[in-house]
Amino acid sequence: MRAVFPVLTVVTVLVSLWYLMLIPMNSHQAALEAERAGVVVSPETARDRRDLSGWAVALRNPGPVLGGVWAQERPRLPAPHQVAIELWETTVEKKITSKRSLVFHGWITLSATLLGFAIGTVMGIVLAVGIVYNRAMDLSVMPWAIASQTIPILAIAPMVIVVLNSVGLQGLVPKSIISAYLSFFPVVVGMVTGLRSPDGSQMDLMRTYSAGGGQVFWKLRLPASLPYLFASLKIGIAASLVGAIVGELPTGAVRGLGARMLAGSYYGQTVQIWSALFAAAICAAVLVGIVGLIQRATLRRMGLA
Amino acid sequence: MALVALALVIWAGAWWLNVRLSARKDGWVRTVVPAIFGVTILVVWELVVRGLEVPLVILPAPTLIAERFAGSIPILWADFVQTFLKGALSGFVMGVAAALATAVLVDRSDFLRRGLLPVGNFIAALPIIGTAPILVMWFGFDWQSKAAVVVVMIFFPMLVNTVAGLREASAMQRDLMATYGASYWQALWKLRIPAAMPFVFNGLKISTTLALIGAIVAEFFGSPTVGMGFRISTSVGQLALDMVWAEIVVAALAGSAFYGIMAGLERIVTFWHPAQRR
Repeated sequence: MRAVFPVLTVVTVLVSLWYLMLIPMNSHQAALEAERAGVVVSPETARDRRDLSGWAVALRNPGPVLGGVWAQERPRLPAPHQVAIELWETTVEKKITSKRSLVFHGWITLSATLLGFAIGTVMGIVLAVGIVYNRAMDLSVMPWAIASQTIPILAIAPMVIVVLNSVGLQGLVPKSIISAYLSFFPVVVGMVTGLRSPDGSQMDLMRTYSAGGGQVFWKLRLPASLPYLFASLKIGIAASLVGAIVGELPTGAVRGLGARMLAGSYYGQTVQIWSALFAAAICAAVLVGIVGLIQRATLRRMGLA
Repeated sequence: MALVALALVIWAGAWWLNVRLSARKDGWVRTVVPAIFGVTILVVWELVVRGLEVPLVILPAPTLIAERFAGSIPILWADFVQTFLKGALSGFVMGVAAALATAVLVDRSDFLRRGLLPVGNFIAALPIIGTAPILVMWFGFDWQSKAAVVVVMIFFPMLVNTVAGLREASAMQRDLMATYGASYWQALWKLRIPAAMPFVFNGLKISTTLALIGAIVAEFFGSPTVGMGFRISTSVGQLALDMVWAEIVVAALAGSAFYGIMAGLERIVTFWHPAQRR
């Protein structure tokens, strides 16, 4: 609770800065609109204003600029309230089956994210168990798994989409494969660390109980790995969402949040880009939040948190 | 089919060799085994692609990729300069500098830190790559917009890590600085910044990958006719997958080298840290 007031202050400052930045970002457009409406602005033509900075235009024409920067049709920087209104209109007021509904596009992205996250997590855990129990696998695979984290694997997203498209796979599955790929390696690395986290005395204790291999796994290694697993899952699910969004780009902007951003950038619909961006941010926050809640509940029952 | 069978045999043989090798405790096994595994994957890939006659548009063989790589080094170099040196690296430098400066400022005020850390952590988890279309619109198609995307992507991970690191010096160490009569800046420079370095390098290592991803993906939203992201998206469109793979090789090499340089610097700068002691 100690953090609420400082956080609110920081958020307020950020939003105020955003409103302040509207003035230089949008002043040229505002002056142009005022000029077209017949108001005398200085300098008089857009050509003369072109070399001036946004602030200079605003200072020379405080009236028309301050009146015009807040609610333009296609601003360079939309105002927070414009984004909020667009978000409200495209989520609550549109039917969710409508192609203009962000809930519709959000669900397309979210379903690919969740499917990919599930695949990536399961495969990551399986590989981690193999690595922990098989020294040959550990020595062969682990260095590559770690090295692959330094590679921008997101760059292969367009290729995966197009290749799978050419063998007849479309829509949900290719995007999920990218999501799965991105969440896979964090889970492997975290899970290997976690499964190895029981120390020698704990392993010795299991041996004095004459526990079998399966019992050591289920009763010691797996529970001990959970804190590490959850830390990886939080990274993994955020990466999955990014994968799904980027996976939507090369298909030509049809459906999904990534497609909304791409279409918005083609047609200069800045408000649409920003609302898709915030929808994606909200999805990410909710997903990470849900993983965090599960983490807290599980670890509390285990007496670890 | 003979080639596929040969691939299976090679796979089984290499695996058997690795199992035998990894039973040994020698140090060199740790380099040889992953190398054998990597080479085996390449050989099996080559044989399976040739044996099953997989079309080029689905998966080119490694030799074809190597051929294309060797044949288009000027193009790949130009793309590398555009995307990595101009876009990713300049953005990386600016983002890191901005985050370090902000972290020192934030660290002076407990109130700011309590406010900014949760917000920073929250933003670091968001799909910031989504700002790419906006920044491309603002800063144009050339490398400036890519650098801007990189700055936005790495700013918060760097900030959060550095702020956490600046808190790392223990009360005892701070008291010692106080007994020496050290000023704020002396204590910062001689104690708290060195103590923060492991955290800073953690942030730097995360940021190397983020910087490359940011610079490449931002090019999907608009770029001049050069750049790794541009080449990947246009070559995919032309189904020239050998070119795409060649770019991926470049990205992988650049990414690992960038990370390796940071890890090497970390070893030099934080030689005192337990994780670096040998």
